[in-house]
Amino acid sequence: MAAIEAGCRYYFGYPITPQSDIPEYLSRELPKLGGEFIQAESEIASINMLLGASATGVRAMTSSSSPGISLKQEGISYMAGSELPGVIVNISRSGPGLGGIDASQADYFQAVKGGGHGGYHIVVLAPASVQELYDLTMLAFDLADNYRMPAMVLGDSVVGQMKEALVANRRPDTKLPPKDWAVRGRGGGEQRVVKSLFLGDGELEAHNWRLHAKYQELKERETRWEEFMVADARLLVTAFGSTARIVKTAVMMAREAGLKVGLLRPVTLFPFPEKALQRATQQCKKVLDIELNTGQMVEDVRLCVARDAEVNFYGRPPGAGSLPTPEELLEQIRKHY
Amino acid sequence: MRYDVFISGFGGQGVLLAGNLLSYAAIIEGKNVSFFPSYGVEKRGGAAMCTVVIADGDVGSPIVGTPSVAIILNQASLDKFGAKVKPGGICIINSSLVDTVALQRDDVEIIAIPMNDIAMGLGDARMVNMVAIGAYVAKSGVVSLASLEEGLKEVLPERNHKFIPANIRAIAAGALNIKC
Repeated sequence: MAAIEAGCRYYFGYPITPQSDIPEYLSRELPKLGGEFIQAESEIASINMLLGASATGVRAMTSSSSPGISLKQEGISYMAGSELPGVIVNISRSGPGLGGIDASQADYFQAVKGGGHGGYHIVVLAPASVQELYDLTMLAFDLADNYRMPAMVLGDSVVGQMKEALVANRRPDTKLPPKDWAVRGRGGGEQRVVKSLFLGDGELEAHNWRLHAKYQELKERETRWEEFMVADARLLVTAFGSTARIVKTAVMMAREAGLKVGLLRPVTLFPFPEKALQRATQQCKKVLDIELNTGQMVEDVRLCVARDAEVNFYGRPPGAGSLPTPEELLEQIRKHY
Repeated sequence: MRYDVFISGFGGQGVLLAGNLLSYAAIIEGKNVSFFPSYGVEKRGGAAMCTVVIADGDVGSPIVGTPSVAIILNQASLDKFGAKVKPGGICIINSSLVDTVALQRDDVEIIAIPMNDIAMGLGDARMVNMVAIGAYVAKSGVVSLASLEEGLKEVLPERNHKFIPANIRAIAAGALNIKC
């Protein structure tokens, strides 16, 4: 729904649980709007179809779940190298390998650190509710177009399978640069080339510095996060996505018990809200990072605040029946308070 | 107010439809809702379970550790979730299929209703989920019966709307088992 509202009319994908609701919906709706839905022969084909569509300047997307996203990494690297926008939704599974279909946050590293080759970044947004899944999908299209780079919406089967009330917001009125780089096929005007191969003397170095500058600009301008009861907190909990929802209830329970606990939830995983974390740890000297994995985002948290605060971690590897409950997280909050 | 409930049984008993119906009825009443399903890869016979949270304010965690109410449609669900219900909470149990003796608890209210027998009395065992929802809504007052009726139009595909009157009768039959 959000993709359609954002003007996306082209989808390329290959089925995998637990993201199949997305192609199911779009296969029905896109043809009605004059768009194209293609179930490709593989994930690799579908990401390259996205690359091709994006090169023509249209809004397009793909979606998959963890093993499928691994297959797409080559294409994502080529898109990053070619400075092509395009939205990738990862409703992740638990892994490694074929793993399972349970909720998991084990794809943080892959999403945030550039899962493919060549030292690139993509925008990574982590929704914690159905409403945010909708709103951030539209934001992903805007950020992708604005910065000419792929953007990923990273969720799990909690966010992906859950039903909640939704306000179908309208597409934000964002001022976007013209796509004066998009290829047009044979016809008038000068030739435009979209590529990631730079063989000229110094060309590739300059290209990489330009990409780097873009990532710095993202860090300056586009970090998003949610703060909950942070101002007077003695213990700051950091968590993202669906885990942060469970943490929030645990924080409320802790507050009822008189414990001064707050939550800082990164909404953009790349760019990571470094400054917000550094600000919060000016007065709060203890951090507890909670994830549904054995410790990934905690590395970025430590990089940010290790000098100012003690950082502890609680997490569980994903797997059947392993979702933490608010009561369990409250116990961890008490332990590290 | 904040309501949370586990609905659990095996695939084919309409556990997820029941949770969906409750969620849509609450949305119709302008409340905040989260519906979180969890089920096996089998279509029928595997475990099926959902958590529904309904609140006037923020829903918070869609994952609940100790629910206020558990609607238990088969024996395996009682064994798995019976012990998790909050002290002072309620277990609404399908006594057609479940032996409640196994639940060694005196700190929860146990409401045993022969849901399969009631559903079959109405002509179709598949309405066991509606009997269960009728009982839960009558007990908790979380939504009105009118909103449930309205919700049926949302959760059932158009081609099945002809079954709405029968489902409403099953909801009413479930509600009759709750002493007011």
